[in-house]
Amino acid sequence: MVANTETINAVEKATKDYKYGFVTDIETEFAPKGLSEDIVKFISKKNEEPLWLLEWRLDAYRKWLKMNKEEPKWANIYFPEIDFQDAYYYAAPKSDAEKPKSLDEIDPEILSTYNKLGIPIKEQEMLAGIAGSGNVAVDAVFDSVSVATTFKTKLSELGIIFCPISEAVKKHPDLVKKYLGSVVPQTDNFYAALNSAVYSDGSFVYIPEGVRCPMDLSTYFRINAAETGQFERTLIIADKGSYVSYLEGCTAPMRDENQLHAAVVELVALDDAEIKYSTVQNWYPGDENGKGGIYNFVTKRGACRGVNSKISWTQVETGSAITWKYPSVLLQGDNSIGEFYSVAISNKKQQADTGTKMIHIGKNTKSTIISKGISAGYGQQTYRGLVRMQAGADNATNFSQCDSLLIGKNCGGHTVPYIDSRNPTSQVAHEATTSKISDEQLFYVQQRGLNPEEAVALIVNGFAKEVLKKLPMEFAVEAQKLLGVSLEGSVG
Amino acid sequence: MGTALEIKDLYVEVDKKEILKGLSLKIEHGEMAAIMGPNGSGKSTLASVLAGKEGYDVISGSIEYLGNDLLQMSTEDRASEGVFLAFQYPVEIPGVATSTFVRTALNAQRRNRGEDELDAIEFLKLARQRAKELEMSEDFFQRAVNVGFSGGEKKRAEVFQMSMLSPTLAILDETDSGLDIDALKIVAEGVNKLRDNKLSGIVITHYQRLLDYIKPDTVHILADGKIIKTGDKSLALQLEEKGYQGIIEAN
Repeated sequence: MVANTETINAVEKATKDYKYGFVTDIETEFAPKGLSEDIVKFISKKNEEPLWLLEWRLDAYRKWLKMNKEEPKWANIYFPEIDFQDAYYYAAPKSDAEKPKSLDEIDPEILSTYNKLGIPIKEQEMLAGIAGSGNVAVDAVFDSVSVATTFKTKLSELGIIFCPISEAVKKHPDLVKKYLGSVVPQTDNFYAALNSAVYSDGSFVYIPEGVRCPMDLSTYFRINAAETGQFERTLIIADKGSYVSYLEGCTAPMRDENQLHAAVVELVALDDAEIKYSTVQNWYPGDENGKGGIYNFVTKRGACRGVNSKISWTQVETGSAITWKYPSVLLQGDNSIGEFYSVAISNKKQQADTGTKMIHIGKNTKSTIISKGISAGYGQQTYRGLVRMQAGADNATNFSQCDSLLIGKNCGGHTVPYIDSRNPTSQVAHEATTSKISDEQLFYVQQRGLNPEEAVALIVNGFAKEVLKKLPMEFAVEAQKLLGVSLEGSVG
Repeated sequence: MGTALEIKDLYVEVDKKEILKGLSLKIEHGEMAAIMGPNGSGKSTLASVLAGKEGYDVISGSIEYLGNDLLQMSTEDRASEGVFLAFQYPVEIPGVATSTFVRTALNAQRRNRGEDELDAIEFLKLARQRAKELEMSEDFFQRAVNVGFSGGEKKRAEVFQMSMLSPTLAILDETDSGLDIDALKIVAEGVNKLRDNKLSGIVITHYQRLLDYIKPDTVHILADGKIIKTGDKSLALQLEEKGYQGIIEAN
């Protein structure tokens, strides 16, 4: 029986209303599941963004579609296909009613890790998202409201901008427009395109000419202490002769409902400027089978635009079910320096394919890579690095050292170095070692009074020392504890 | 004085092969006992079993130390109870400074015993004092444990660790191997400085030479998995004259 016109119209109307239903409800919490141009528009509107940025996002989205949803598959990691329509791309922070009321409601395993890492209770409450802890807890943790405030005052006196990128778009649009996407273009890779379309928020930092930022900037201190988003976008610009040290992440295990984390970080260093970017990442790695863990697919790149500029990346990656990232440096300015220091742990069923790309373009450029990979349990870890000396990179030098430490019989450590040199005066040196913690070492250390876990932590910290000492103090001490905690149960 | 260590009728297998065949031994508080024996007699096995190394199957017998059933204790618990093994081949631990290592170990033991841990300053004070007593330079504090150490330096570092950890049972496993006479004297002097009536020692060695410097109270001859003869330090001289075969045949 053929439906009459009335019925057809009614059905059409109902469908149309549903499809666009949420637009009218802009005040409330979240977009429905799935990804479409409407979702991109929704996110942009929520952030109150100008038209140029919305267009930039839509452009990225269209380019992502053209990539035909073909996720890159060349890395040494395995995971089930991601259904990009089966996710929320915008979710407001939880209301107090939905938050846990006290630490007693928190997964005891997480609490136990907080305790092992020595995190104070107030901080634990904040990390666990206990109702009412919010910003007040941050102040309480750091002793007084005045700490956060003096910090902000000091920075603004120096002309330093440190705010959420959503705020920077409104207050400093010229800066954002100039640099956003200049280091990681929308089409750089599948996940960068996705991030460009739907990024939630992130940090924006601008250090004016000649200014040395007097303190480490930390995401912890970010003025808008909202929940960490799954698609963070960070942009740091160090103007001529300036210096900044930026800390991302924390040692506490971070859980998130969203499984895929595809952040983009862009760093720009002009003449004689230096950016030091340190990351300690302990995203939830999933259960013993890796189920439910976070996928950390990040694109991080720094451009040493200016002469004598310097960018160093230091990372301690202990969490996530899968880590896929290559913090890189484009050494454009003559005499510029790029550094990559990394400690990555893959335990239980974790997988990591991580490394760096050092692209030497200018003359006398220098890069140093020190990668320490630790595999335990059934963990699989791959170092993948590219050192490219372009034709104009006269007298450029690189030194790479990739060391793998294997604990137990079931894990794997792999090294895939690519060296591409197109300049006969450049020098590239690569060293690699693979070792395991020997029974002799363990027995020796235990005979001096350490239990098996303390012994592993000691030996691993020795192995990773060269990298750990590149971290700012506060992070270094925490990172040492974190290495020990991450390897619990790996021996015996 | 009282018995510190008593081993009764110990049978130990390694890879299903019987190495110790009913070994019995008694050591008093403050006694320095030498154990000498030919290769394969079980000297290293004895040291390893006392320290709690894996891979050694105790078939029967008992070991009592300061009233504790040693075989029931983990390696680290034995260490906290005062057992110290000066290794024959001390292993390298890259990236871990010697002072960091010793401080971590000392504090782990103190923690296990319910004592207060030493902070960095207290520790450094103690370390400097001990280094001075042993006539060792502080240069090696920052060097990674045994990394790039010569044979003599390794053995001296073992003695330094021993002096820092204040054990009550020190097992010196062929401490003299690989050392020239001068290095040997220095190591022996170090050990002698630590001797008192609270420290019991087992000096495992092939040769009587070390015993000229670390004069033992007792000498045991270990052959084919058990102690076949016990005497005072003159027994070591007899051994020099007759050789192991001579002693074994006569017993």
